[in-house]
Amino acid sequence: MSSNAITIPGAQIEARPWVDELHLWLTTVDHKRLGILYILSALLFLLIGGVEALIIRIQLMHSHNNFVSPEVFNRMFTMHGTTMIFFVAMPVLFGFANYLAPLMIGARDMAFPRLNAFSFWLSFLGGLLLYFSFLGGSGLYGAGSAPDVGWWSYAPLGARAFSPGHSSDYWTLALLVSGFGSIGTAINIIATILCLRCPGMKINRMPLLVWMNLVMAGMVLLAITPLSAAQIMLLIDRYLGGHFFDTQAGGSAVLWMHFFWIFGHPEVYVLIIPCFAFMSEIIPVFSRKPIFGYPVMVAATVCIGFVSMSVWAHHMFTIGMNSYANSFFTLTTMAVGVPTGIKIFNWIGTMWGGRIQFKTPMLFSIGFLFQFLIAGLTGIMMAASPFDWQLSLSYFVVAHFHYVIVGGILFALFAAFYYWYPKMTGRMLSERLGKCHFWLFLIGFHLTFDVMHIPGVLGMPRRIYTYEPGRGWDTLNLIVTIGAFIQALAILVFLANLVISYFKGAQAGNDPWDAWTLEWSIGSPPPVYNFATVPTVASRRPLWDLKHPEDPDSHYE
Amino acid sequence: MKSSLCYSWRIALLIFWSARLLWAVEPGGSTAQNTSIFSPASTPAKSIADLSVFVLVVTGIIFLAVFALLLYSVVRFRGRAMDGGREPAQVYGSMQIELAWTIIPTLIVVVLFLATARVIHAIQDAPEPAGALDVIAIGHQFWWEFRYPKLGIVTANELHIPVSVSAHPTPTFLQLLSVDTDHSFWVPQLAGKTDLIPNHPNRMWMDPQRTGVFLGQCAQYCGTQHAKMLLRVSVDGPEDFASWVHAQQKLAVEDAAAIAGRRVFERNACMNCHVVAGTRADGRFGPDLTHLMSRATIAAGAAENTHKNLRLWIQDPSVIKPGSLMPAMKLSDADLDAVVSYMETLR
Repeated sequence: MSSNAITIPGAQIEARPWVDELHLWLTTVDHKRLGILYILSALLFLLIGGVEALIIRIQLMHSHNNFVSPEVFNRMFTMHGTTMIFFVAMPVLFGFANYLAPLMIGARDMAFPRLNAFSFWLSFLGGLLLYFSFLGGSGLYGAGSAPDVGWWSYAPLGARAFSPGHSSDYWTLALLVSGFGSIGTAINIIATILCLRCPGMKINRMPLLVWMNLVMAGMVLLAITPLSAAQIMLLIDRYLGGHFFDTQAGGSAVLWMHFFWIFGHPEVYVLIIPCFAFMSEIIPVFSRKPIFGYPVMVAATVCIGFVSMSVWAHHMFTIGMNSYANSFFTLTTMAVGVPTGIKIFNWIGTMWGGRIQFKTPMLFSIGFLFQFLIAGLTGIMMAASPFDWQLSLSYFVVAHFHYVIVGGILFALFAAFYYWYPKMTGRMLSERLGKCHFWLFLIGFHLTFDVMHIPGVLGMPRRIYTYEPGRGWDTLNLIVTIGAFIQALAILVFLANLVISYFKGAQAGNDPWDAWTLEWSIGSPPPVYNFATVPTVASRRPLWDLKHPEDPDSHYE
Repeated sequence: MKSSLCYSWRIALLIFWSARLLWAVEPGGSTAQNTSIFSPASTPAKSIADLSVFVLVVTGIIFLAVFALLLYSVVRFRGRAMDGGREPAQVYGSMQIELAWTIIPTLIVVVLFLATARVIHAIQDAPEPAGALDVIAIGHQFWWEFRYPKLGIVTANELHIPVSVSAHPTPTFLQLLSVDTDHSFWVPQLAGKTDLIPNHPNRMWMDPQRTGVFLGQCAQYCGTQHAKMLLRVSVDGPEDFASWVHAQQKLAVEDAAAIAGRRVFERNACMNCHVVAGTRADGRFGPDLTHLMSRATIAAGAAENTHKNLRLWIQDPSVIKPGSLMPAMKLSDADLDAVVSYMETLR
């Protein structure tokens, strides 16, 4: 790799009038700006989805509470789930993939910059369409209402007989539109990674983040397409007299479940694999060692990608499949635990013998490891289908998947924010606020989601807006609600940190973490078109080679 | 050291919540309010609870082992000031170690799978013995209909089944149907849950080992009032069950004193949705009211079956259960009192 690539400063951009600046953001096809737009739109929806979660938690604070009506409660959990999965988790991960993948493989942009912009705006407008349902949802029936049939919209509840008006149509169309956006981005990520790698960046030298996003994008193609197909079928049912899911006319409710979960389960891995990617970049840098077992990590990721396509019906253990089907999905689901376990062991192996620096990104990463371990083990419990006949549809499941999504995905995302924010803005996030954010969120998280397992074991079903006193659920639910507010407070600290550090943070410089991948070789924020000279790499850690010419990685690979 | 503080705090939390779990289970130990999955009262629930304990122990051991490894590496390999910025030895991996932590988890998975498959087979493929009771459970928004085809009984929301002792096993086999959306039958102490899905008949069974009332509720989101679709299973001794069956098989009691209320009932839309056996009321949309007063609750368990609640319910069901499909009949006070009196004769 030529050394001049790391010294060329970012091109100086003169201050523009704000209208021009806005115009630039709205019309941009630059992968870095689009990445940031994805992330900002996700943060916006995170706030909205968070408020919905708090409304749910206030209502469940004690038995027979009357904070909101059942109709409003049902809308809240439907919108909370839909928002968090489709308009927070996916966009924010796409944002990071968009921003980082080209930089890490030494490319100047994504393969299809305009498709990139088109995909982002589709996703974002899909989110706005979903929220427009609050104004236009019920069509002629009333003053508007959001969808209330759950983010899974099980047939026949989503049929017109049970969901009149247009609220379910907003849900269907929003998911269809943003689904096309996701498919566009997935194609773009795959094409970029396969075709735009810089000289020397062989496929077995790509950073693990790039590898894992490649697998993620492939899974998006396989998972989102059946969802889009199912949405189209639902629209045909609702408006063109179809009977795919219309049980009154001989349609099949179970067919919808299969469609939904053959999307829904790979979707979990679509969300968690990019988080594995963050871990695989951040843990080595803060342990000052290369990732332990790079080829095994790649193999385990690809293995998860394939096996996770055959586990979907573990969401359906209670629908009355025969004993062979239940046994099959028990086996495949438990089998996914093996490659996932390998990853956890490899991250611990990376820390083993290292010199761990407890900067905020590393704190969140350690939190991730701990919580993801528990989330995986409760997953194994529910993979044992008889155990699941009790736990499924109860608060235990809610606690389990929030352990994955908050304890795993969100912790990994916070780590990624603290790690790459300096690259994106040129300024460091405050470590003080960061540690405050970490501890507050950790306490809130465990208060909420550790406790939430217990009412499930005590027989509390999910999706209920109220419950009977005297079942031993009241105190537990109150603690869960208190934890939720502590988490909300921590999120406010995080947002404050993002804003304050943007103006007052310490200058980051090119390479604040003494890291090893290509994005740290250029200015922060990186200049338009990234690399003045296309770099050439000789190993998996090009910057290590540069910093340690006496002992480069390229000697060992 | 911040990180060790963090972990000791987490361990403390874990111990606290395990203790809390036990405490939460204890008070309800013998009362009808208990709905814990770890206090089983029938064979399927018992074998699930046994399997669950086994899985909990295995996953618990895995947790302790990996957690100890994580904790050790975080504490032992923390960066120290005396490192002086030197990089540690760069280790890239080890095939032996990778093989070890691939093979051991695979073996654990095989063991867990075999233990699970045994229980799946034992519960799902159990043959129906000759002495079994057949019940058809039908899910409605937002109540339960129970039909006993061999006994000619139709009732709602409160399922009566006989206790099953090992000398004379009388398990109950439920056929699960739905007339509208998906529901799920869940009484944690008696069996795991099974969904009621339109066009997709399901089956489940239970053989309660002791008498008592067991609570549960609909577990699959079925619409606005999913939360108040509660479920009571009364497990009766052989004589009690026989006398309950005998009483339920009769037609409705004719009580001349309540004739005014019966007229109101038959003049209004009530009779379009409800059955009162032996009268002209033969609607199928709502619960069978022939023996309404034999039930402890109304509105699928949402309220106790008292005079006050009955009156409130008939006056405006949405006060007790907003979103209920029963309309408010807007009866005059006199008509309301009459119809409530009539209801109270339906023993």
